[in-house]
Amino acid sequence: MSGARPFQDNPALRVDGLAVARGGRVLFSGLSFAAGAGDYVELRGANGSGKTSLIRALAGFLPPRAGTIVFERIEEPALALHYVGHSNGLKSNASVASHARYWAGLFGGVGDAEGALVRVGLSGARDRLARTLSQGQARRLALSRLVIAPRPIWLLDEPAAALDAQGRETLGALVAAHRADGGIVVAAVHEPLGPEPSLALKVGA
Amino acid sequence: MNAFSVTFRRDLAMMWSGGGALTPIGFFLGATLLVPLAMGPERSLLESAGPPLVWIAAALAVLATLERLFQADLEDGSLDQMLLSRAPLEWLVLAKACALWCAVGLPLALAAAPAAIALQAPVDRVAAIVLSLALGTAAFIGIGLVGAAITAGVKRGGVLIALIVLPFFAPPIIFGAAVASGEDVGAALAVLTGCALGAMALGPIAAAAALRLQAE
Repeated sequence: MSGARPFQDNPALRVDGLAVARGGRVLFSGLSFAAGAGDYVELRGANGSGKTSLIRALAGFLPPRAGTIVFERIEEPALALHYVGHSNGLKSNASVASHARYWAGLFGGVGDAEGALVRVGLSGARDRLARTLSQGQARRLALSRLVIAPRPIWLLDEPAAALDAQGRETLGALVAAHRADGGIVVAAVHEPLGPEPSLALKVGA
Repeated sequence: MNAFSVTFRRDLAMMWSGGGALTPIGFFLGATLLVPLAMGPERSLLESAGPPLVWIAAALAVLATLERLFQADLEDGSLDQMLLSRAPLEWLVLAKACALWCAVGLPLALAAAPAAIALQAPVDRVAAIVLSLALGTAAFIGIGLVGAAITAGVKRGGVLIALIVLPFFAPPIIFGAAVASGEDVGAALAVLTGCALGAMALGPIAAAAALRLQAE
């Protein structure tokens, strides 16, 4: 992840006139922004303003009601992005190390699952089952996906939830390193994540 | 390792470690071994009614495993990650189906041997019954994927799955019971193979489409 920018083809994300509805209710409309290599977009907004829905629409899970989401210089968006949402995507009966191996296979990672666990500070917990992890540790494990398989676009929904001060520092470092690599980070937050956002966006009315 | 094999291994490990694979086998053996006790030891009665009961019990045992198959993935966020995999969702669903067959379908077919003997099936027919159930459980699982995917977002969707899926269990049960009662065994096995292959090929496609809607 270090050295010259690995995401050399300058990925970009362009959102035009986006409207997203949940359960028949339009959460926001006419949302436009653009982000290029190294950008960090911070999404703010009250509870229920549609931050999560925006992130899920960007991930391609939720079809937008109107508007377009364009990933420039990216062939297959689903293979170019990571999503860390409210649910960590963990299986309670599987160990930390087996999660890392599973994700490495699922995302076609470069294989340094071990190193990823070290980076998020879980190297001492590799044999523990996910159900014995604390909330903060479970979130760290979810964040390890970002490192296991390098992908240019990170979509993070409240990534700092349940993290302690040191965990937030680690997250800030991950985001900074990803930006230096030429990646894009879009995060919905309530408290500033640490790194200076290149664009702060208010979602909702 | 690729996405198919990690999904297969993970699902297999989860089913064994959670003890989830033993429950349907226990249900199947319990249900079939109770039949002789309930119907009495009359050999002719058991011979005619017994073998088809093996099939009913196997269908219900598979049905019981379907409810949590995708629901757990939807609830814990694993489904979102599967959508971002290099492998298409259909492929991952097939991996899960194969894991379910190895953890539940195959053991059920093997458990059918003692069950069939307890139900007075002729010993020389037991091998055909085991083989027919190995094919039949594959067909049940392939069909069941669709019901499981449609009801993944429904709490306590087990009954709903049964309503959706049971009518489609009819063809394998008809031909499976034919094998069990010894009529046209070869032809019935050929049709069962067709059911199994068809269900395993089409089931993942339909299930993946339903799961994409669930992910919204």
